[in-house]
Amino acid sequence: MEFLIAQWPRFLDGTLLTIQLTLGGIVLAFVLAMTFGVMGTMRHWLPRAVATVYVEVFRGIAALVVMYWLIYALPLLSGFQLEDMFAAILALGLNLGAYGAEVVRSSINAVPRAQVEATVALNMSWAQRMRLVVLPQAWAQMLPTFGNLVVELMKATAVVYLVSMHDLSWIADDLRRLSGETIPVFLVAFALYYLIAQVLIFGVRLLERRANRRLGRVPPSGGGILGLLRPPTVGTKVGVAK
Amino acid sequence: MSPSDTPENTTAPGVGDSAADGPLIVFDQVVKRFGDLTVLDHLDFDVAAGERVTLIGPSGSGKTTILRLLMTLEKVTEGRIDIGGEPFSHMPKGSGLAPASESYLRQRRKSIGMVFQQFNLFPNMTVRKNVMEAPVHVLGLSKDEASARAEELLDLVGLGDKVDAHPTQLSGGQQQRVAIARALAMRPEILLLDEVTSALDPELVAGVLDVLREVAETTDITMLCVTHEMGFARDVSHRVLMFDQGRIAEAGHPDQIFGDPQEERTKTFLKSVLENGH
Repeated sequence: MEFLIAQWPRFLDGTLLTIQLTLGGIVLAFVLAMTFGVMGTMRHWLPRAVATVYVEVFRGIAALVVMYWLIYALPLLSGFQLEDMFAAILALGLNLGAYGAEVVRSSINAVPRAQVEATVALNMSWAQRMRLVVLPQAWAQMLPTFGNLVVELMKATAVVYLVSMHDLSWIADDLRRLSGETIPVFLVAFALYYLIAQVLIFGVRLLERRANRRLGRVPPSGGGILGLLRPPTVGTKVGVAK
Repeated sequence: MSPSDTPENTTAPGVGDSAADGPLIVFDQVVKRFGDLTVLDHLDFDVAAGERVTLIGPSGSGKTTILRLLMTLEKVTEGRIDIGGEPFSHMPKGSGLAPASESYLRQRRKSIGMVFQQFNLFPNMTVRKNVMEAPVHVLGLSKDEASARAEELLDLVGLGDKVDAHPTQLSGGQQQRVAIARALAMRPEILLLDEVTSALDPELVAGVLDVLREVAETTDITMLCVTHEMGFARDVSHRVLMFDQGRIAEAGHPDQIFGDPQEERTKTFLKSVLENGH
């Protein structure tokens, strides 16, 4: 126990790195998912082809292999050495962004056709239709799956252990080697990962609740802490009808 | 409401002017097929500017397809549609015509609005936003101007107290009246009404029809209306077209079509509609 308390700053450092990788990965994956997801719904074949190639390439390759390429192979080919942190975030973002792009694409396609027809009747351009009507409605649909992906991404940050970045996994294993306190060390690591995941899930749940409110779907409990439970599936229409 | 508040005075000039000496809408040998199914079969008809035409007929007879072609939600298979004396389903290309491109359609459908059977309000916006977003972003009105106009139009449809409500908080009839306000906010010269009361509970139908009567009486918007509300059709329309199997079976003044139909198909159809309690 004293050992754990003494080593607490190292755990915090590792946790901080894991959080940085997670947040960096989320930002990059989100931008890629939105960009390629929207491109995958366009009428012209070219953006759809680009989106398909991106998704199929990076969905099919493990983030670890991408990271090895960026850190070990790229310098041999180009003589250009990426910063480890940057390469790790790039690998994670590219990988999870490919999954996210499919979520974005399918959520956009799930917006009822009648909504799109209403935007045609109002003579909106494609960009106006996307920004004002389609994406705000698709957003609520994306969030539950984004919640999964965010946690997946956080757990996938542990691959940086293999390029010797001192994240939470690396620190835990290092402390095990130094002390032999295998069970306590991994219990702490377990708890810290779990805590980060819970914070992420809570954040996504808040976004989900807000998105559903904007679509006029209010949980029967009327909000509060119960509103953070998984929302009821159907019959979400409440309010006065005269 | 003063007369200057009515949409009549704010309807933008445009295709209506050039059509002063000819029909506003011309269907020329229009064919629409979905796969092997022929929905419109070499259809010819004209609509004059300011005219209100009701399309009746059994389901599958092609009425709704006509509105969807005019709203550019479908493309013609053969033939062409002109509006205001200029090609609409097609665009000039070289010395001939080519199927209209998306940017050409966007330019040409400005003057057309549509109200749908299922309202199709945007659930991610309040009632006010539903009415003002397209005027702001598509017509370039200022937010204040568009908001004031939205309130005006929502007053007109009797929902002045619901501007900040959410569509899901409204009844079907109220939602449809918002949809009418939303279409009017774009200052259409042609308004397409696609079975706008068919999805409503019977007690809500009258409120929507009253609003449309008011629009018909106080504006010179050209209206094409697909409906099973024969009383309404008789009141507001100048002409009724009876469709059957993608062709016009009979056309005439509402008093003649409803009072003294000539064609057997018209008689059978009107009888079946009456028996179904419409």
